[in-house]
Amino acid sequence: MIAVDVRIEQGSFVLTMREQLDGRVTVLFGPSGSGKTTVLDALAGLRTPMRGTIAVNGRTLFDSAQRINVPPYKRHVGYVSQDIALFPHLNVRGNVTYGQRPGQRLSLDSVASILEVGSLLDRRVGMLSGGERQRVALARALMSAPDVLLLDEPLAAVDLELRRRILPYLERVRDELGVPILYVTHDRDEARRFADRVVILDHGAVVRSGAPDVLS
Amino acid sequence: MDLWQITGFTLVTALAATALMVPPGLALAWLLARRRFRGRVLVETFVSLPLVMPPVATGLILLLLFSPRGPIGSALARVGIDVVFTWRAVVLAMTVMGLPLFVRTVRAGFEQVDRRYEAIAATLGASPLRVFFSITLPLAYPALAAGSVLGFARAIGEFGATIMIAGSIPGVTRTLPVAIYTFTEIGRDRDAAALLVVSAAIAFAALWISNYLTSRAGIRS
Repeated sequence: MIAVDVRIEQGSFVLTMREQLDGRVTVLFGPSGSGKTTVLDALAGLRTPMRGTIAVNGRTLFDSAQRINVPPYKRHVGYVSQDIALFPHLNVRGNVTYGQRPGQRLSLDSVASILEVGSLLDRRVGMLSGGERQRVALARALMSAPDVLLLDEPLAAVDLELRRRILPYLERVRDELGVPILYVTHDRDEARRFADRVVILDHGAVVRSGAPDVLS
Repeated sequence: MDLWQITGFTLVTALAATALMVPPGLALAWLLARRRFRGRVLVETFVSLPLVMPPVATGLILLLLFSPRGPIGSALARVGIDVVFTWRAVVLAMTVMGLPLFVRTVRAGFEQVDRRYEAIAATLGASPLRVFFSITLPLAYPALAAGSVLGFARAIGEFGATIMIAGSIPGVTRTLPVAIYTFTEIGRDRDAAALLVVSAAIAFAALWISNYLTSRAGIRS
C-alpha cells in the first residue's frame, strides 16, 4: 500500500495530495497538467516535496519532519516513464537485466515469458518497434523487483492497434506478478478497464477518489 | 640530434599527462555539468585559467609552487622527489595545460546526456557511482575520446610552461616544441625542419584517431 500526504511546489504549480493508494491497480486520472506525473516523480524520489510523507508498504520513503528522503536507488520503485528511455548503448538484455538483484523473486525467464521479450534479448534497442520498446521497458522495471510499479501513460503514444496488443500484457503483469501498480492516464476507458481504485486529479488537487465508478 | 629520443620522450610524457588528466578531469567535468554548488563559478574559472593566461605565466606559477623552496616542491623534496628541470616537470606542465581542454570537452559531453536515463537507472537500483560508470560515461564516450585527444595534442604542443619549469635539457627535458625552438635559435634549421615534419605527423594521427573513435561511437548508438 502507498500512503501519500504531500505538498509539492514547482514554480507557480502547487500539488497537494493526501491519499491511501491501496488498489491492486490505482489509476491517477486527470487532464494533462493536473500533476499526475509529478506524483510519480515524487514517489520515485526524482522530485522532492516541499513537505509531507510518503510510505510504501509501511516503509517511510520521505518524511520532511524527520528529514528522511530515501534516494531513488534505495526506494525499490519501478518506473516506466512516458518517454520509455531505454538505454541506447545497451542491447535489450542489458536493459532488462540492468536492475536485476541477486536472489530476487522474479527470474528473467518468467518476466520474459509473461511479456514475450525472450526472442528480443539480443536485439539492439534502436531496432525495436513501439510495442516492443514498451514491453522491454516494463520488463526492465519488473526485473528490479519493485515494491510498486509506476506506469506513466503507457498507452498514450501508441495507436489503437498497438494499444489492443499491449493491453493484455499489462493485464498479465497485474494478474500474475502481484506487484501493486500506480497507473497514470487521461483516458477514461483505460482507467475503467484497469483500475480497482481511482484518484481524479485536477490543477494539482484531488477532486474525487474511490472505486472506479467515481469516473462516471 | 637524436630525433627518435625527442619524439619518443614527447609521446611518452604526453601520454602520461593525458592519463593524469582523466581522473581529476572526469570529476571536475561531472561536478560542473551535474551539480549546483557554492563556488561553482570559482572552480570553473580556475579550471579554465591556464587556457587564457600566457603559458609562460602559468609556468612561472608552477615554478614558484614546485621549486625546492616552494610550498609543494619543498614537501616533495623531503620525500626525495625532485620536480623542476626533470621529466616530472614536463609531465606536470603538460597536464596543467591540457586539463582545461579535457574538462570543457567532457563537460559538454556530460551535459548532452539525457538526465532521464540517469533518473531511470537510479530507480532501477543503481547507485550514483554505478549510474556514472554504466550510463553517463558510456553515453558521453565521443566527448571523452575528443577531450582526451585534445588534451593529448595540447600536451604535445606545450611550450611556454615547459620551458619555464623544465627547461631544454637534451635527453632529460627536451620535448618536440622546445627542441624546434632551440634548434631554430642556434641555426640548426635542418633539424628543426625534421622535427616539424614529425610534429605534423603526430597531429595528423591524433586527429584521425579522434575522428575514427567519434564516428564509431556514432554508429554504435
